[in-house]
Amino acid sequence: MRITVTIQRFNPETDVKTHPVDYCIEAGRETTVLLALIKIKEEIDGTLSFRASCRAAICGSDLMMINGIQKLACKTSIFEELDHHGKIVIGPMANMSVIKDLVVDMDPFWKKIRAVTPYVVSQNTDQPTPTEPLKNIQEALQNADACIMCGACLSACNSFEVSSDFLGPAALAKAYRFQVDPRDEIRRERLDALQGNNGIWDCVRCVYCVQVCPKDVEPMEQIVRLRKRSIESGFTQSIGAKHITEFEKVVGEEGRLNETRLPLLMTWGNLGKMIQMIPLGIKMLLHGKSPNPFAKPPEGHEAVREIFKGRKK
Amino acid sequence: MKYAYYPGCAGKGATPELHQSTMKVLDGLGIEVEELRAFNCCGAGVITEADPDLAYTLNARTLATAEVMGLNIMTVCGTCQGVLGGINKKLQKDKALRDRINEKLKASTGLSYQGKVKVKHLQWILVKDFGLDALKKFITNPLTDVSIAPFYGCYILRPEASTGFDDWENPQSLEKLIKTVGAYPVEYDDRTKCCGFPVFLENEDISTGMVEKRVGSAKKAGGDAMVTPCPLCHMGLDIKQDNAEKIHREKEGPSQNLNMPILHLPQLIGLGMGFSPESLGMKHHLVPTAPLIQKIN
Repeated sequence: MRITVTIQRFNPETDVKTHPVDYCIEAGRETTVLLALIKIKEEIDGTLSFRASCRAAICGSDLMMINGIQKLACKTSIFEELDHHGKIVIGPMANMSVIKDLVVDMDPFWKKIRAVTPYVVSQNTDQPTPTEPLKNIQEALQNADACIMCGACLSACNSFEVSSDFLGPAALAKAYRFQVDPRDEIRRERLDALQGNNGIWDCVRCVYCVQVCPKDVEPMEQIVRLRKRSIESGFTQSIGAKHITEFEKVVGEEGRLNETRLPLLMTWGNLGKMIQMIPLGIKMLLHGKSPNPFAKPPEGHEAVREIFKGRKK
Repeated sequence: MKYAYYPGCAGKGATPELHQSTMKVLDGLGIEVEELRAFNCCGAGVITEADPDLAYTLNARTLATAEVMGLNIMTVCGTCQGVLGGINKKLQKDKALRDRINEKLKASTGLSYQGKVKVKHLQWILVKDFGLDALKKFITNPLTDVSIAPFYGCYILRPEASTGFDDWENPQSLEKLIKTVGAYPVEYDDRTKCCGFPVFLENEDISTGMVEKRVGSAKKAGGDAMVTPCPLCHMGLDIKQDNAEKIHREKEGPSQNLNMPILHLPQLIGLGMGFSPESLGMKHHLVPTAPLIQKIN
């Protein structure tokens, strides 16, 4: 069957910005997006640039936007995409700078990976045989080690889109991977380094990374595990940590969230933040949007208190 | 058609207009509900982060209460739908998990959940259970000449495994509802992204930066207003818009402004049904809705 493939092309030497070009090719049920690109390069236009290597969803080289979503070209069927979207539009990974056509600059991605010290740090030269201490690590790793570094999660990350210094899902999932490695001796320092700006508390939990990861690493879930571990390890003073602990406190007492009480508790003692909130607080109050922080707990709170009590047993 | 109505903390707290407009529209359409008056918070995913079993138990209480009533649950919040609906699917599928959670739930409240309840957002109920053709008959004030930018937010779409109504890659239910009320659905890139509200206090730059991007992109595409099925998105996009306005002017020039009214889904439906802005609680909005109302009339 003949199909049309639209590719966002860009040549830095001749183009000001990316522009779509249509290619007509013969495709069958077995045609992947990568095979289509190879066909176009070999038969129609040899100047088309893209990255690819293993052709088997292992090397992670050919991640691109396929109908607006981050996908591996070698793992994506042309026919399934046509069935799903009625078109094939291919572009370079979003939120990355384009070098040429479908090739983007991966340097920012690798810098983030390097920033989390992606190797075991140990002074102990007298380690037992490597297999021994790692026997039970698989369950703790929660698939965080399955990452193929394709960049899908970073490209899709909503926080990275507006804050380019955010460490991002891949690097933070990698950070979790070393957090549970029993051979590593700097696990507390690692956690400490993730508490400030650009660390674990800047994730908005948009679930994009979970959805686009071709290897089910679920990076956001690894970030959530890092947050839990941080609180359990005593890193409780950041606003992010307080978001969790104070949220629990309010719901535990009242059964529901009180949107006036929670921000007060989260920023308590942080004078700058509290002053910053005043104008908005007044506006919300004037618009009838501030629940009374001193109101009696609503109906049903007794049952919730019992559930919380049961947890502590 | 009757549901156990789960208003959510925001509907009973910082977005009272959501509860008000929901009741008005349900009444107008003749959709019967019994409100879960003693409801508890779903945990908004935050409690799940700290203690998954606790979040499961809290939501199992909600589910068990509706089960006793013999009703499916209606949510009006994208986040509640994602959390309560997602936990429901897990409890239904995994009997060992359900048994463990039921043990905790029974000890503290005497309730237990058998897995028989469905959790549906109002958006899905209108599209599927009630039906767009039936809804169209109630649209007495079609919003012709008005462009509405649909804003889904995160948890009504993702993770797909726990939502499963719309296609997360290309959702259409809001677009269908916008067309049903006679308006034009704006096409733009940001409709399925995060509003920035989750890091409202943690990181002002990210939070406001996202509001500017989403609203700015809807504006550029010609939107007169945005509509969302999630009150947390509403809070992000409405109450933080004046901060975003400053970034927008720095980026796009001093004469550029956002001024984008943000509607809750039932408010959009209610306007199409000819209800007054007052009766839909629009006085609670921080961004004035008057220019939109003027365009409608």
